[in-house]
Amino acid sequence: MMRNFLNRYINFFSSLLAIIAGLLFGLIIMIITNPQDASSAFFTILSGGFEDGFTSISRTILYATPIIFTGLSVGFAFKTGLFNIGASGQVMIGAFVAIYIGVKWSFLGPIHWVIALIFAGLAGALWALLPGLLKAYRNVHEVVSTIMMNYIGLYLVMLLVKRTVFNQEKNESMYVLKNAVIPSFTLERLINGLSKIVGSRFAQSIEKFIVGLFKLINLDAYDLIINYGFFISILVVIIIYIILQKTTFGYELKAVGFNKDASKYAGVNEKRSIVLSMLIAGGLSGLAGGIIYLNDIGRSIEVVDVLNPEGFIGIPVALIGLSHPIGILFAGIFMGYITLGGFYMQIHDFAPEIIDIIISSIIYFSALVIIFKEFINRMSKRRMSRGERND
Amino acid sequence: MTDFYFILQQMLYFSVPLLIVALGGMFSERSGVVNIALEGIMLFGAFFGILFVDFLQSKISLEAFNSITSQQLVLLSGLIVAGISGALFSLFHAYASVNMKADQVISGTALNMFAPAVAIYLARSMAFTNYTQQVGFTGTLFLIRKVPLLGDIPFIGDILFKQVYITTYIGFLILAISYVIVYKTRFGLRLRSCGEHPQAADAAGINVYKTRYFGVSISGLLAGIGGYIFIVTTSTEFNATVAGYGFLALAVLIFGQWKPMRILQAALFFGFMKTIASAHSGITALNILKIPSEVYKMIPFLATLLVLAITSVNSQGPKAAGQVYEAGKR
Repeated sequence: MMRNFLNRYINFFSSLLAIIAGLLFGLIIMIITNPQDASSAFFTILSGGFEDGFTSISRTILYATPIIFTGLSVGFAFKTGLFNIGASGQVMIGAFVAIYIGVKWSFLGPIHWVIALIFAGLAGALWALLPGLLKAYRNVHEVVSTIMMNYIGLYLVMLLVKRTVFNQEKNESMYVLKNAVIPSFTLERLINGLSKIVGSRFAQSIEKFIVGLFKLINLDAYDLIINYGFFISILVVIIIYIILQKTTFGYELKAVGFNKDASKYAGVNEKRSIVLSMLIAGGLSGLAGGIIYLNDIGRSIEVVDVLNPEGFIGIPVALIGLSHPIGILFAGIFMGYITLGGFYMQIHDFAPEIIDIIISSIIYFSALVIIFKEFINRMSKRRMSRGERND
Repeated sequence: MTDFYFILQQMLYFSVPLLIVALGGMFSERSGVVNIALEGIMLFGAFFGILFVDFLQSKISLEAFNSITSQQLVLLSGLIVAGISGALFSLFHAYASVNMKADQVISGTALNMFAPAVAIYLARSMAFTNYTQQVGFTGTLFLIRKVPLLGDIPFIGDILFKQVYITTYIGFLILAISYVIVYKTRFGLRLRSCGEHPQAADAAGINVYKTRYFGVSISGLLAGIGGYIFIVTTSTEFNATVAGYGFLALAVLIFGQWKPMRILQAALFFGFMKTIASAHSGITALNILKIPSEVYKMIPFLATLLVLAITSVNSQGPKAAGQVYEAGKR
């Protein structure tokens, strides 16, 4: 009975095991470098995401949303057997396009952010097209080609920002127009919308009810700010899930991922699958770029020689989420959660890079737990055959 | 004419680390283990090597540094520290790839992310580096302005024996040694067989696990050395990055078709590209064109893509590279 349970959720347990191992390793490093503060700092990493009530939860979602997209990007490519390390470059290209439209296309009105976001996705897809074509038709290893595209994208965006949307004083891109900012879900917005349906008096009493309800558990309902990007990410997660699990196209992609030659023999156009997979992956990262930079909190593209980090964080998110869309959703939230914990932990005198150490150890251990999975598989097979022999 | 020599001298600064790291990659992949962690290992080795050099330069008073020999000794001792750190760090990759049969790309990525995190974390926790991530050192002490006799040779002297670091010669030495090891020794033969058909090698009595461990450790050693040389010869401080060099080295490896001499040619090519990219302002001929500096920075990577697009179609890597070794498989 226990074995069946383990078997069905083995992937989840493997991920969980890798996460725990990574956290423990981080804890050990913290203890070695600063024994006294280590345990309280570690506790802060784990609990920081909840410390400030709705503000922390909102921040966790804020960090999580872009990496859910880049995680989907990397994970989707994984399913086709491709390693999309180019998420970073795709994010940057998408970001530039989003900002350019956000600054220059003022004629768009309220749908400004929607258009900007869509074009960001398209731009990201385009950026992944070349590595996809090179892999499919010229046998160029996508790891190297996407890394090259990362750097080319970085310098291209730097050049373009300087030429078109440059804010010289701060050495970054200009702020986007108000209509281009992705709106957020807040209590105010909810009540405003409600009052249009049920009248303002009724809406206001609902407002008071909600505020009072949350006050009971010590939460300030006005602090909840959830970017629409998060809801879009959930929508995209569902779409990707449907594509992968419920369509022929997704099936073909997965087949190519498992065995390129066998799929070709079975009639799948593996070259087309590779290119399309990279296009979708690039599009997802491009969307991430739009989500990050269509904001009003002051984050802009800095014109420095640094590759976009959210693109790379997509890799552990995809690995921990086992390349499954829903897993990636939770992995992204988890990653956002401990990143926030890492910021809070700085009070305890640790450098925040410890979070990067933890995340990279989690990746390392997730590569190792494959052997743990094999072990469990072998155990259950042995028991099964023994059971048959006994009959 | 001085422009020309200047370009070639600069080219060596970029090519030598690329060469060394790519040779390291060759050892690993020839044994059957794909090592994309070269970037991280470079960084790891560079960090500890330069930390050691910084330490030495701060503890020993400058008078003791007046002799050229002692300066070079400092350089060399940092190199050894860098190599050993790189080799030790690569053992993680070896363990995951060989013993735990993990996906080699994932393990490599983990190391790539781990290295800068640990380097920054340690640097920021240490009083010695003023709690910042930059580790400075005095690199100018290492530069050899002119080798006494050899520097006077008309053409070659200006390129190879002026404004040079001792690491250039070390790089060529490593190239020669690698060639001999891979093609002229029994170990090299065994190494190559593990990368082509590990099951057959096993049947012939070769310990595939041990050989692959060697392959990966050598790649770690060389990557650490390469990272150290890269930072020491092209910069004044370590700032937790090797600017994508580890990945460029991978491209050099593929372009060089896993053969030492071809790798040298590829490394020189890319070094040349990179030199044009960073030194373009010092080259009067190019200044006239007024091409923005970002385009120059893109050139090495664009060139790499182009080269890969052309050469990868018939690429013949070690057949078993990247595949998990299962003893009983056919």
